[in-house]
Amino acid sequence: MAKPAKMLLNVPAIKADFPILQRKVRDRRLVYLDSAATSQKPKQVIEATTDFYSRYNANVHRAIYELGEEATREYEGAREKIAAFIGARSPNEIVFTKSTTESLNLVAYGYGLKGKLQKGDEIVGTVMEHHSNHVPWHFVKDHKGAVLKYVDVNDDGTLKIEQYDELLTKRTKIVTVTLCSNVLGTINPVKEIAKRAHEVGAVCVVDAAQAAPHMPIDVQDLNADFLAFSGHKMLGPTGIGILHGKPEALEATEPLLGGGEMIREVHLGRASWNDVPYRFEGGTPNIAGAIGLGAAVDYLTNLGMEAVRTHEMEITQYALDKIGRIKGVTTYGPKDVKKKAGVLAFTIDNAHPHDVASILDVEGICVRSGHHCAQPLMERYDLPATARASFYVYNDLEDVDVLVAGIKKVQEVFA
Amino acid sequence: MMADLRELYQETILDHSKRPRNFHEIPHPDASAVGHNPLCGDRVTVFLRLSDGVLADVAFVGQGCAISKASASLMTDAVKGKTKAQAHELFEKFRRMVTGRPGDPVDTPSLGKLAVLSGVCEFPVRVKCASLPWHTLEAAIEAKKEIVSLE
Repeated sequence: MAKPAKMLLNVPAIKADFPILQRKVRDRRLVYLDSAATSQKPKQVIEATTDFYSRYNANVHRAIYELGEEATREYEGAREKIAAFIGARSPNEIVFTKSTTESLNLVAYGYGLKGKLQKGDEIVGTVMEHHSNHVPWHFVKDHKGAVLKYVDVNDDGTLKIEQYDELLTKRTKIVTVTLCSNVLGTINPVKEIAKRAHEVGAVCVVDAAQAAPHMPIDVQDLNADFLAFSGHKMLGPTGIGILHGKPEALEATEPLLGGGEMIREVHLGRASWNDVPYRFEGGTPNIAGAIGLGAAVDYLTNLGMEAVRTHEMEITQYALDKIGRIKGVTTYGPKDVKKKAGVLAFTIDNAHPHDVASILDVEGICVRSGHHCAQPLMERYDLPATARASFYVYNDLEDVDVLVAGIKKVQEVFA
Repeated sequence: MMADLRELYQETILDHSKRPRNFHEIPHPDASAVGHNPLCGDRVTVFLRLSDGVLADVAFVGQGCAISKASASLMTDAVKGKTKAQAHELFEKFRRMVTGRPGDPVDTPSLGKLAVLSGVCEFPVRVKCASLPWHTLEAAIEAKKEIVSLE
């Protein structure tokens, strides 16, 4: 495939915003292809967090002084930006957590374990989930006697959607699915799955960790009840995550953390809770993280999420064409970029993914190798491990070319 | 190949990873242990036949990266005929080599062929790959029942 003459995003200008992309690794230009693990941060995000610590650091929601008001205003301002970013009706639908993992645990604990679920109630997941959308539900099974069921995948990396016909029953209370697989890149038809869940009276819980950074999300259109994602995969800081919930879903959820901030009144032996979403934010929150994530959302909004998605489709198509054509290389997941995000898992004949990653590292290329926190999926495809390249706004076709050259080097070593 | 890459993937290492020695099960072994590195999916089982405290036969099976496979292969050759104490001492020397600093002197007289893995010290994330077979051997010698897990 010929390279498109001009990419939709101005990648050189974007690269210039990311200080880390100016450094060298083992004397080579850093080619960062592991954004599905964590993204790099633009100076706008780094400056927003530094600005908080150097100019208006104070605790939120408590201090009766100017600094505290500024901190609260920026922290709540970030909540508003995130609400707008995903089309929420109100900032009150946005809960700050530390990660997607915490968001999903909050739902499993607060809605599943402590909520209305009864012994024998069913939770329907899929085999392509990240461990963070498997293990919290194991807790609900172990402590509440819930029954776990899983939708399988086809060999092409898509979900066996027809299995929902059988798996969804009136006993189903929770249907959980990833919007985008962190290994296969598969984009799942979550809107349809949420509709099916609602038809049997279940709630739909969505892991959007790999989707929110890379494609437009409209929570009202998806109509899921809970949706979780992380700041650090979308140009934001680590240690800040989001749980979006419909008001009625959040009202039906018990808090995970008891402490300051999440209460209305505390007496010896009893307490009443603050309103949603504050009742889920016990303890001093990651204020700098939230503010940094707000700046990341500004950055992405400025690029335009449609443009981000189109850009990544272009790179992914190019990578599929180039890498898919190398003899002895196998790629996994859908081949149609309309159904696939910028995540490309691959294996090279006679080379273990760990060796692949080490050799690519020497070329300055960062890729992930291993099971990608998705062991059930790896077992399903009978793969001990794969290498995985993932793309973002600061990657271009040249990065793919460097990867292709790196893969050929791996093949030379293991010829 | 670049210098540090050549260090890591020396000809001997590639040879042992492609054609591992002692790569088979020992039927009715006197001891065996399973090692697992969940990070990369490496899994190795080490089998021992003991005779008067000497490792009369050592073999392994499993799947893993070139480094772990080559390390297991070289290890089985190196410890065969050694006493438990000698094997342990060799592991200590091996461990010092792969966790040392690049440029540190390598004790080639005692390490023999194992010295080809000295390049691993330039790649700290790969130390576990090189050490997994040794930890598993130690577990077999100490007859630990549980799976050795390096994470």
